Amino acid sequence: MTQKAEFDQRVKQALDNPQLRRNFRVTMDGLMEKRDKAFPDKAFLEELRTIGANIRANALARQPELLEQLEANCTRNGIQVHWAETIEQANRIVLDIMERHHATRMIKGKSMVSEEMQMNHFLEAKGKSCVESDLGEYIIQLDNEAPSHIIAPAIHKSKQEVARLFKAKHPDIPYSEDIDTLTRSARQILRRKFHDAEIGLSGVNFAVAETGTLCLVENEGNGRLCTTVPPVHIAVTGIEKVVEKLADVPPLLKLLTRSATGQHITTYFNMISSPRKPGERDGPKEVHLVLLDNQRSRIYGDSELFDSLRCIRCGACMNHCPVYTRIGGHAYGPPIPGPIGSVIEPQKFGLENFGVLATASTLCGACGEACPVRIPLPKLLHRLRYEQVREDRTGATIGQGSQRSGKEALIWKLWSWIHATPLVYRSATRLASLFRNRIPNRIGPWSQVRTTPRIAPKSLHQLAREEGFKHE
Amino acid sequence: MNKARDNILARLRARSTEIPPVELDRGFRSPDWNRQQRIELFCKAMTSVRTEIHRVRASDWADRLAQLVKERKLNNLLYAPNGPLARQIEAAWRNGEALPELVSRTAELDEWKEELFFGIDAAITSTRGGIAEVGALILWPTPQEPRSFSLVPPIHIAVVKADQLHNTFADAIADENWQAGMPTNAVLISGPSKSADIEQTLAYGVHGPVELIVLLIE
Amino acid sequence: MSLTKQYPGKPEKVYFFGTCLIDLLYPQAGLAGMQLIRREGVQVIFPQDQTCCGQPAWNAGYREQAEAVVLNQIRCFPEEYPVVVPSGSCAGMLRNQYPELFRDKPEAQQVERFSKRIFELTEFLVHVLKIELKDLGQPTKVALHASCSARREMDVAGEHEALLQQLENVQLVEQVRKAECCGFGGTFAVKHPDISAAMVADKAQAITDTGADQLVSGDCGCLMNITGHMEHQGVGPKGQHIASFLWERTHDPKS
Repeated sequence: MTQKAEFDQRVKQALDNPQLRRNFRVTMDGLMEKRDKAFPDKAFLEELRTIGANIRANALARQPELLEQLEANCTRNGIQVHWAETIEQANRIVLDIMERHHATRMIKGKSMVSEEMQMNHFLEAKGKSCVESDLGEYIIQLDNEAPSHIIAPAIHKSKQEVARLFKAKHPDIPYSEDIDTLTRSARQILRRKFHDAEIGLSGVNFAVAETGTLCLVENEGNGRLCTTVPPVHIAVTGIEKVVEKLADVPPLLKLLTRSATGQHITTYFNMISSPRKPGERDGPKEVHLVLLDNQRSRIYGDSELFDSLRCIRCGACMNHCPVYTRIGGHAYGPPIPGPIGSVIEPQKFGLENFGVLATASTLCGACGEACPVRIPLPKLLHRLRYEQVREDRTGATIGQGSQRSGKEALIWKLWSWIHATPLVYRSATRLASLFRNRIPNRIGPWSQVRTTPRIAPKSLHQLAREEGFKHE
Repeated sequence: MNKARDNILARLRARSTEIPPVELDRGFRSPDWNRQQRIELFCKAMTSVRTEIHRVRASDWADRLAQLVKERKLNNLLYAPNGPLARQIEAAWRNGEALPELVSRTAELDEWKEELFFGIDAAITSTRGGIAEVGALILWPTPQEPRSFSLVPPIHIAVVKADQLHNTFADAIADENWQAGMPTNAVLISGPSKSADIEQTLAYGVHGPVELIVLLIE
Repeated sequence: MSLTKQYPGKPEKVYFFGTCLIDLLYPQAGLAGMQLIRREGVQVIFPQDQTCCGQPAWNAGYREQAEAVVLNQIRCFPEEYPVVVPSGSCAGMLRNQYPELFRDKPEAQQVERFSKRIFELTEFLVHVLKIELKDLGQPTKVALHASCSARREMDVAGEHEALLQQLENVQLVEQVRKAECCGFGGTFAVKHPDISAAMVADKAQAITDTGADQLVSGDCGCLMNITGHMEHQGVGPKGQHIASFLWERTHDPKS
């Protein structure tokens, strides 16, 4: 099956599921409203977006030296830094650390990079147990699913579905559809897992080069537990998450939490700078930082697509996306859905696999308007549309030109010729007007839900002449 | 894995030389708030995320603490016997009646993890201050007051001095020159643990403390 | 509404770029736009060699094919007159995307100069002509759908509203999620018909729910999509381009 056919199938599944449609609509409406309320002063919002965009742009402009500085400062602090060019290497690094400690039990905080790595899959095949501890991630792990939203991973599920799932997986827990009760049940189940875990895994929101500090934004406390209780903490992150100074963090944090959930700050903001020091009584004795490239340095090479690396993973673009709201996260395919996913995932996993995502947008601009770091998302989606059908294949994007079909190219060449040749265009429109009643009144899928537009008896060209408008 | 490192950096360097530097204005303006405004903002913001705040005096906060834990009928309260709050807590407990057992553990966490996870009702810690704008506590845990105190037990009680409230997070970093030396772990805490992962409905106490009680010393 | 943009004084002559969709399907809308400008004492020139702004190919990723079409349009408007466009989407293409398309090409400067002359119709009526409308119509309730390009790319949703608000017998009603896309998106509606159908159904519902007598939009792509859906379902008000609507309500046929 082609990627388009596969995508269409996933889309159809989502569109045909009224419960899913309702869940996304209600949630996205709620998240948009919360963001709006979190920024009552629009001038302040625009100023903050500019600051945020500049901080991220500065960090990217100086990325190689900042990564070296981050590595040097982390190392000085006692954090062990690992570099991985591919997800295979990154998974291998994590596995090696576990094996060195004879560890089999991992407790995980929320990490989209670990989703990108398919880490659970990899480690479970090696006999390791990986338990997701973020409530949303835990729910979808129970159901063997992927996240459908980067900050609200189980948002496609209703509380009834969660209740049935808990009952099926934990028969000893009484059935309840009450959200507080479900949450407390998860607390009880996972408490023991935190206690017993040998390895704690987390993502990173910002890695500060100046101090060698790993920042982690969360509400549940599971991030704190994963990075405090187990004897070993492994943090995985994409190389683009580095920022220059500690002073860069407050504005980014402000943008991140307000854009994501409308919170002025999350319940917890962790800043981790070293493993347990002599005399300290808790905290992991080892901290590892895995820096994952997986095509990011290739994206970095393109002066336009490079802007997508500014992303701080707030999810505002998907919350504001009318397409995402209709089809939800799973329809997209790769770990990160929505507009930003449609920009970065095809660049990571190839246009030949996910190029179709760049076409699944009306380019309405809502995403670009919401982005707290001013990533020009519509422009980048547009660029990927070009990349996948371009003929010359001289750029660096993976799968460039792979979606070019002879038939489609021919149609556009014909279209171009008609519209670049006024005489031909005028003849064509005259013919269309003349034979307007012969044009079938059903034109493909358009007419399944709409009437077919009728060609006017006289074109504007003709009317303008008749009404005495000059032509030069 | 030095090969991976070198390859990644080489690919980045191949382009980074052509990227013009970004003009970055880090002179973030601090709001012009006085002490009283800071206190009001701090209390309002923290209360809005379900933190319980008690405004107390330096002389009597420990009595208030005793009263609070007694009302809650707790079995025990974890504290740091060699920490900054110890003297006053111990004094209040000497004077009080029928108070929960004061628990002091000075061993490494690994030796009493089971008890901490399943046997402690509440813990009290000091803080390094707070942030008025967003309503958050600043904690830099110490050997005396380890980070698990404010994390594992179902109730966390924190003592904050009003004089140590900063306007903003940016101010806290700048005023105290954090970049000169970050601790093992620093954390901002704004309320009890919560999640909205099911139907975007807020539920409290998912993994961290179910309750956060702040004693604000004015 | 673009309050910060600088606008020129009222010119003697303007060019009108009719857009291909209007040319073929909604010529009366184009004509109304031209008549509104002419009534203000400005000579309107309609170059007969104009065709399409090139956006369909540009958005589909066929940039070379778009370029040829773009160069033809630029040739049609040689004098330094303003070019008025009765569509937020096409105006956005002409003003913002043309320079993008030719960024690294020899024609870059020429294209940029051309793009600076582009005005969306309602923005031109409000800011350049400072038009004052006298409503001659019966009382009516109107829902406005500003296209995403009009709203975000051109920032003229406020101008659409300001013009409608000048009409005393027109009550402007607001649909829920008014800033949300109707699901047209040009080739999107063809490539992803199911998603597009879901989006237009919601938009049509929101508009129907307002109880408006009439839907008005500044973009014929959205109109074709939304009214096409409402007609198909047999619900909702009829739709009209804002130029036709303004012209019909303010034009005295006897004069």
